[in-house]
Amino acid sequence: MSVVLSVAWAHLIGRKRQTLVALGGVILGVAFFLATSSLMRGSERDFLQRLVDNAPHITIYDEYREAQSQPAALRWPEAALDLPRVKPQRENRGIRGWPRMVEALRQQPGVRVAPVLNGAVVLSFAGRVQGVQLQGIDPEAMRGVSTIESKMTEGNLDSLNADANGIVLGAGLMKQFQLRVGSTISVVAATGLARQMKVVGVFSTGNQGYDEGQAFVKLQRAQALLGRENRANRLILQLDDVQAAGQLAPRIEAEWGYKTVAWSEANQDIMALLVIRNLIMYTVVSAILVVASLGIYNTLSTVALEKTKDIAILKSMGFHANELQRIFLLQGAAVGVLGSVLGLALGALLMHALGQVQVKPPGAVEVSSLPIYWGAEQFALAAGFALASALAAAWLPARKAARVHPVDILRGAA
Amino acid sequence: MTTALLEARELTRTLPGDVPVTLVERVSLRIERGEFVSIVGPSGSGKSSLLYLLGLLDRPSSGSLVLDGEDTRGFDDDRLADTRLAKLGFVFQFHFLLPEFSLLDNVALPMRRLGRLKEPAIQARALELLQRLGLGGHERKLPQKLSGGQRQRVAIARALANAPLLILADEPTGNLDSASSENVRQILRELCTEQRTSVVTVTHDPHFAQAADRVLTLVDGRLHADESRQSQPA
Repeated sequence: MSVVLSVAWAHLIGRKRQTLVALGGVILGVAFFLATSSLMRGSERDFLQRLVDNAPHITIYDEYREAQSQPAALRWPEAALDLPRVKPQRENRGIRGWPRMVEALRQQPGVRVAPVLNGAVVLSFAGRVQGVQLQGIDPEAMRGVSTIESKMTEGNLDSLNADANGIVLGAGLMKQFQLRVGSTISVVAATGLARQMKVVGVFSTGNQGYDEGQAFVKLQRAQALLGRENRANRLILQLDDVQAAGQLAPRIEAEWGYKTVAWSEANQDIMALLVIRNLIMYTVVSAILVVASLGIYNTLSTVALEKTKDIAILKSMGFHANELQRIFLLQGAAVGVLGSVLGLALGALLMHALGQVQVKPPGAVEVSSLPIYWGAEQFALAAGFALASALAAAWLPARKAARVHPVDILRGAA
Repeated sequence: MTTALLEARELTRTLPGDVPVTLVERVSLRIERGEFVSIVGPSGSGKSSLLYLLGLLDRPSSGSLVLDGEDTRGFDDDRLADTRLAKLGFVFQFHFLLPEFSLLDNVALPMRRLGRLKEPAIQARALELLQRLGLGGHERKLPQKLSGGQRQRVAIARALANAPLLILADEPTGNLDSASSENVRQILRELCTEQRTSVVTVTHDPHFAQAADRVLTLVDGRLHADESRQSQPA
């Protein structure tokens, strides 16, 4: 053992109680840092996983990001033009040539596509009315891009193929209208067209808004009801590589012109919220370690104060200032390293214990464990931050020790 | 004239401030190899300040100090520390032993820091020094288990660890009873005669001062008298 290390060790051992208190602070700090961070990161990943599982990875809308320019404005871009009474052209809205687009997109590896015609309708039954979003779907294609089939509690999407007038409703709507599978309900579109449709399936996602606001019918039935024959106003894409959505969406939009939104863009507000949540979380858990480092500072400051004579004699003996500085930095590092190792072990135990806690989120059907993230980078972050805090806490006492002038101390002691 | 072990020329130490205080003023002296020199004088006369200057613990405001043929004026702090480690040994009124270390480790510390010897040789020399100073069998004890006189002997053993050319002792018997004082005096005397280690002590004890070859009297920071008590060593 080097001389510097042996003196550092002797100082730590010589003040067992203070050292243990400082060590305990670091251990608890690291453990809680790790447990809190793993729980927050775990819930974030779980949330994002649900998001990308349940929502389209990419959605192509029948609209454009920028309002289309008038031909005259395109012809004379520098001119001061006044085009009064311009009205958008009346047209049967939807994605033009969507079957060709679907075929082209399906050629890309790892991409699944489903056309959807979405429109507002009113459901009416036994004097009760409720506005919902009607989704006209191709059941076969929808199965490849959505988890809705797995959320069905009664019937399945193929029931829509079996009965052309079939409709699949959410569990919330079924409860509101007091319906059962096989019941007939009136569906009225904005065009004034009305149809009697038979409930052939029920889904329950656990999301109350979704379960009370969505209804699925076959694509052709929706086209007829909404008066938009052969149209689809959305294409839903699901990718094997979720992270590729951000790059693929702009390419599709550039090629076809229609507004194409990746899941990350569609949920920008949520992503921003997660960033803020992480910021708050790391600030709070870091504060625990900062408080723990104050314990180290307190211990080493006391050592530096009490050991002033020892420091003076070591200096008079021939120790360099930087060696005395190292003695104190080593003490901080020792508490930081040992505290980190034990803190990581305790943190892992806490994470394991938290992982055993069973919860049933509102609307969920199954009981699930608390989501815990076991990523190695969290362990490294907790240990790294603890070590950095410990060294920072040791730095001031170390500098103080290095600056001790032996004559001042020896003169005072004489 | 032979080359002195230590030669101070016109050493002055002034503490800066609104009213500068001169601790040592234009002191010139030579310390020969194997010479035992006592510095005496009234309290506040600058004895300890002169000792700190001679021991390279403090830098003079002016003047020069040549130790073992090297002018120390241009030395930086680290080189001064290295010189102290290799060539000087200190004994203070308070023993300043490290309380967490055994006697053996306290004595071994300067040798470990110097790094000239391997660990078995360091331990053997530390043990030999402790035995020579009558502390054989106590080497594993902590300093607080010893009497004041024993602790001071450990401090002397530590000062001798790196076989210094010069021992500087500041009131080494200031806290000791008369028997222990006499013991320390004899040890320092033997160092000079048997090992030709030079010794400079600051003392208030006239009896202790009588053991020296020369007695320097300091008054108000100035060298007032330089009296030889015995024949100068060869």
